[in-house]
Amino acid sequence: MSGIPHDHYEPKSGIEKWLHKRLPVVGLVYDTIMIPTPKNLNWWWIWGIVLAYCLVHMIVTGIILVMHYTPHVDYAFASIEHIMRDVRGGHMIRYLHMNGASLFFFAVYIHIFRGLFYGSYKAPREVTWIIGMLIFLLMMATGFMGYVLPWGQMSFWGATVITGLFGAIPFIGEPIQTWLLGGPAVDNATLNRFFSLHYLLPFVIAALVIVHIWAFHTTGNNNPTGVEVRRGSKEEAAKDTLPFWPYFVIKDLFALAVILAIFFAVVGFMPNYLGHPDNYIEANPLVTPAHIVPEWYFLPFYAILRAFTADVWVVMFASWITGGIIDAKFFGVLAMFGAIIVMVLVPWLDTSRVRSGRFRPMFKWWFYLLLIDFVVLMWCGAMPAEPPYSTIALIGSAYWFAYFLVILPLLGVIEKPTAAPATIEEDFEAHYGTKATPAE
Amino acid sequence: MLKKIALTAATALALSAGGAMAAGGGEQHIEDVAFSFEGPFGKFDQNQLQRGLKVYTEVCAACHGLQYVPLRTLGDEGGPHYSEAEVRAYAANFEVFDPELEDFRPAKPTDHFPANTAAGAPDLSLMAKARAGFHGPAGTGLNQLFKGMGGPEYITSILTGYTGKEKEEAGTIFYENTAFPGGWIAMAPPLSDEMVEFDDGHSNSLHHMSEDVSAFLMWAAEPKMMARKQAGFIGVLMLTILSVLLYLTNKRLWAPHKGKH
Repeated sequence: MSGIPHDHYEPKSGIEKWLHKRLPVVGLVYDTIMIPTPKNLNWWWIWGIVLAYCLVHMIVTGIILVMHYTPHVDYAFASIEHIMRDVRGGHMIRYLHMNGASLFFFAVYIHIFRGLFYGSYKAPREVTWIIGMLIFLLMMATGFMGYVLPWGQMSFWGATVITGLFGAIPFIGEPIQTWLLGGPAVDNATLNRFFSLHYLLPFVIAALVIVHIWAFHTTGNNNPTGVEVRRGSKEEAAKDTLPFWPYFVIKDLFALAVILAIFFAVVGFMPNYLGHPDNYIEANPLVTPAHIVPEWYFLPFYAILRAFTADVWVVMFASWITGGIIDAKFFGVLAMFGAIIVMVLVPWLDTSRVRSGRFRPMFKWWFYLLLIDFVVLMWCGAMPAEPPYSTIALIGSAYWFAYFLVILPLLGVIEKPTAAPATIEEDFEAHYGTKATPAE
Repeated sequence: MLKKIALTAATALALSAGGAMAAGGGEQHIEDVAFSFEGPFGKFDQNQLQRGLKVYTEVCAACHGLQYVPLRTLGDEGGPHYSEAEVRAYAANFEVFDPELEDFRPAKPTDHFPANTAAGAPDLSLMAKARAGFHGPAGTGLNQLFKGMGGPEYITSILTGYTGKEKEEAGTIFYENTAFPGGWIAMAPPLSDEMVEFDDGHSNSLHHMSEDVSAFLMWAAEPKMMARKQAGFIGVLMLTILSVLLYLTNKRLWAPHKGKH
C-alpha cells in the first residue's frame, strides 16, 4: 500500500501460501509495519504511537467502567462512587480513564502542532491532515460527552452551556438544542444519549485512525526536512529510509514508556489535578456553580468563544450587516468552530512551496508566536470573562485567525526560504554520518 | 510502629499549627495544615482517622450524612482499620430504613452511613475533594503534587475560622467565617475546645479536633488513596525500568546506522 518501493510479503510455508491465496491478511500487516520510514524522523514524530496507545487505553478502561456504571440521573453519581469504593481496582481504572483523556489531548495537540510546523498538511498529505482534524473533532465531542457522565455539577452545567451554543444558531437553534438534549433541558434523556454516543464515537475514531494511517502510508511519512523520499528504485529508497519495524517501533515504545511513567505519577499521586472540585458535587439543576469552566483541553477554544462580545467592532459590524441575525453569542460560536475550520483549510491557506518550517526563517517566528498564543488562550479560558482577560483573549483570538488567514498566505509570497538538503540521506549523514561531521 | 507514625504526625501537626498561610481568592483565608497524607508517599494516620470518626459521630453526624461511605470500609486497611466486631458495634449506632422490613432497623456493616438531610446540610462523603483550598501559583495548582488541592485544609479552616460575629438575614442567622467564600456561613460554630474526649488521650483543642475530622473526611472521600499511591509508585518504577531497557535496545538497534559501531 505504500508508494515507496520496498520488499513485499512473500508467503513461504504451505500454510502461509494457503492463507495468502484466500485472505492476504499477513501481507497487509507485514506491509503496514515494514513501511519504509524516513530515517531522519526526530522525537516530535513519536506522538502518533502515543495517540494510538491512548485510544486503546481509553476503550479498554472505558469498557470496564461501563460494566459498573449506571446511566441514570438518580444513580450515575452514586455508581461512580460505587466504582471508586466497591469495585476491585475500580478507583485506578476510573482515574486512568479520567486522566487518560488529558494524555490523549496533550498528545493530540503536540501531534497537530508538529504537523503545522513541519508542513505535514501540505500536498500530497492533505487527506491525512483532514482525516486527522475529523478525529480531533470527534475526540472533542467524545471528551465532552464523557465529562457529563459522572453527573457532577460541572458535568451538568458544562452540558448546559455547550449545548446552549447550538441554541445560539438563528431560527433553527432552539429546535436543534432541544433535539440534542432530548427535552427542554439537560436531563435523563441527555445523559442516556451522551452515554450511548460516548461509547459509539471511539469506535468511529478507531475506524478513522485506520484511514489516517492508510492515507499516510500511501504518501509516505513527512520528515523534519520536508524533502520527499527518493522513489526511483528500492535501493535509492533504502538510502533515505529504514523499515518501521523494528527501528521506529522500538524508538516510539521507548518514548511511550517515558510518557507513561509521567502519566502514572499523575494518576497515582495527583489524579484530581486536572479535574474540577465541583464535579465531586452531584448535579443540581437549581444551583449554578460560581465559575463554569470546561476541561483544560477545551480552554483555548472556549476563550475564543467568549472573546467576541457585543462591544467588539467586528461583532457590531456582523450584527449590522445581517440585520441582527448574527448576535454576539452566535458570532462567538462561529468563531469557535471557525478556529478549527481554518486549521482544516490550512493545506490551501499556506502558499509556501517549502514544506518544513526548518527552512522558513520568517515562518518560524510566527509559528512560535502561535504556540504562545495557544497557551495564552488556554489560560484566558480558565479565567473569568472580565478585563484584562477578555482583552487578552480577544487579541489571542485575533492572532489565531490572522495566522491562518493572513500570515500563512502572505509568507509564501514574501519569505525567502533557506536551502534544504537535497535528500533525507544527506540530512541524516550530516547528523550521524560515519565520515561526515561528528555526531550531535 | 503505628504509635511512631502517630507521634510523628502529631508533632508535624503541632509544628504546623502555628504556620498559617493565605491562599485562594478574595478574602478567603485557608490555613496550610501539614497532613500526614500529603505528597506522593503520604499515608493516612490510623489514630487520627479514628479520632476524626469520633468527632464526626458525636458532632457532625447530627446534621451531615456520609451516604456514599459503606460502614464496612471502617475496617479496611489504610483506613480507620477497626476490627470486624468494632465495626459491627459501631454500625448499630445508626438506624437505617429497610425496604424489605418496611421499617427502620439498626445498621449493619454492609449498609452505608445514613444520609442526613434534616438540617439541609450538605453530605460530607466527598467534601474533602469537592472544595479546593489551594489554587497554586497563578491558578495553575502546580503545588498539588505535594499539598493536594487543599480540601481538608479548607474544612479545618472553616471549623476554626469563626470570628464570633453573627448577623440575621431573612430569618436565618449567619456566622462570620474567614474561610467561607463571601465570609458568612449558615452553619453555627460546630466545635469548641474539649468537646470530644479522645480514647488515645490526644489533645482535643478545637484546632486538633478540626484537623482530625478533616483527615477523616479526606479518607471518607478517597478511601483508596494509599492503594492508589502504591499502584502509582509501582507503575512509575516499572515504566522507568522499561524505559531504560528500551533506551538501550534503541541505542544498540540504531548504532550501525548512526556510524557508531
